[in-house]
Amino acid sequence: MKGILKLAFKLLVNDKGKYAALLVGITFAVFLMVQMTSIFSGILTKASSTVINLGAQVWVMDPSVTNVASSIPLPSYVLDAVRSIDGVKYAVPLYSGGALVKLESGVFQFVTVLGLDDNSLLGRPELIEGKIEDIYAENAFIAVQDTEISKLGNPRLGTEFEINDHRGVIVGLARVSVSGLFGVPTLYTTYSKAIQYIPSTRFTVAYILVEPKSHDAIAYIQDQVRLLGYEALTKQEFMQKIADYYKYQTGLGTNILIMTAVSFLVGLSISGQTFYTFILENLEKFGALKAIGAKGNELVYMILFQATFSALIGYGLGVGLCAFVITLAKLRIPEYSANITFTTLTFALVMVLIIAGISSYIGIRKVLKIEPFDIFRS
Amino acid sequence: MKPAISVNELTKWFGEGNLKTFAVREVSFEAYFGEILFIVGPSGSGKTTLLSMISGVLRPSSGTVAIDNVNIWQLGSDQIAEFRLNKVGFVFQDYHLFPRLTTVENVAIPLILRKQSWDEAISEAAHYLEIVGLKNKAELPPMKLSGGEQQRVALARALVSQPDLMIFDEPTASLDGETGRRIMDFVKNNILSDQRCILIVTHDSRILDYADRIMKMEDGRIIGFENGRNN
Repeated sequence: MKGILKLAFKLLVNDKGKYAALLVGITFAVFLMVQMTSIFSGILTKASSTVINLGAQVWVMDPSVTNVASSIPLPSYVLDAVRSIDGVKYAVPLYSGGALVKLESGVFQFVTVLGLDDNSLLGRPELIEGKIEDIYAENAFIAVQDTEISKLGNPRLGTEFEINDHRGVIVGLARVSVSGLFGVPTLYTTYSKAIQYIPSTRFTVAYILVEPKSHDAIAYIQDQVRLLGYEALTKQEFMQKIADYYKYQTGLGTNILIMTAVSFLVGLSISGQTFYTFILENLEKFGALKAIGAKGNELVYMILFQATFSALIGYGLGVGLCAFVITLAKLRIPEYSANITFTTLTFALVMVLIIAGISSYIGIRKVLKIEPFDIFRS
Repeated sequence: MKPAISVNELTKWFGEGNLKTFAVREVSFEAYFGEILFIVGPSGSGKTTLLSMISGVLRPSSGTVAIDNVNIWQLGSDQIAEFRLNKVGFVFQDYHLFPRLTTVENVAIPLILRKQSWDEAISEAAHYLEIVGLKNKAELPPMKLSGGEQQRVALARALVSQPDLMIFDEPTASLDGETGRRIMDFVKNNILSDQRCILIVTHDSRILDYADRIMKMEDGRIIGFENGRNN
């Protein structure tokens, strides 16, 4: 069988023009599919940036919350009730909201403000400039140093701004693992300062961040919170909820799915057509092989090998090209949102194998139909 | 002489009902080891259809074909494929060489189909290329060879599996007279043996001198045999 596969390999790659066209088709399809799904994956990661950056194990929220940016304020008794649940090590409030700041230049800029629990500062970011205790100072804010910080005029320590007619001062610059989705700068402050400076609703707790005593206690905490009429989600569950929201309720998932399907169809049509032409041009030769003594299943193996080999090489090139483009993009735009994940790679591999399967099916049908007698008649 | 091929009441028709057309009608004959049998006749006389049925390529409508006492059309399709691979060497009219393979790889194809290792098959194929005088062209693609050289490559490919039966379909149709004669000299002197029978379908009267016997066909029937000058 090895010899037959080598024969198939040589018949395939020695036809350089056709082989190149075949690879271009598959590579292009894989590139588009991986690029689309990677961008989507990047968007979903960014959509969960607050959840990832704050790092709390369990989040208590109103059940109607669909994503981290659309929090529904919780009455303060919920915080007390959660603190009293067995298995809760500690629970702290989180303020999350938006505000308009007026920069020294006179420009107005929308920002996301996260108010951390005054006592624990749970979820505090890693500072690259300044000291964390300065967050307790009057008017103190910490700015996240990401690509959005330029929208605040690239502030340094001591830079001042106005927030809802209050004076604000940058006391620290922080680094977070994932920046936000909407291109808005992020400011950290304490919970008490946030509700003091920013116009608020009657209830001000956006989320309650819970640290359980143990992992086993999480299920019990979730049950007890459910009895209160609220929802407690682990970090992963909350990220999944946010992902589901963007996938199924915003049209974003549908659009990406359509683009991925189009990429698949483009790849399928290019590679399917090229492979079919390749088979057609070699049809007499396959007939000659049949006449010489090749069995039907051997010809099937040859075609399957040719299609699978092309698919896997195209897959490698496509993934490589995508990784190259994303790396290049991230060099230029550090916060470019695209992640190549194992799921993305597996999805593209399955799709490319489907392309190979369909392409080879067309070829196999044609080759199995040819009669060696036709070779004599030709 | 021992019969290599026994054909009995062999018939082939195409289509059904009013469209039924007989290509070969109740043909019976024997061909022997050590013999070159030419099959001649006008176009549409059934030569190629007969050749295809004898070589295990086209299933007859009725009748039997026995090669070396084995009724080949009682075999299953995979067994017939193996029969063709091991017992029959084909030289097609258009050679059907693979342009994307080198000459020596083309010759090695039957051995590769026999599951011989690639290196072993190539080295054996090189030996047969040497026999047909093309050792120095082994690494060239067939398209870089002349018509006569391509014919010799096709010959080497047919020979490499050391078949009992060699089938030539119009072997000199696309060759000039001189090259055609050289090929036939080679067939007669190097390929024919006591363990091998050669069937040649041809229109080319220039090569009839190489026949031991000539079978004439018309309208799907045998209309007679002649002894060739080679006899």
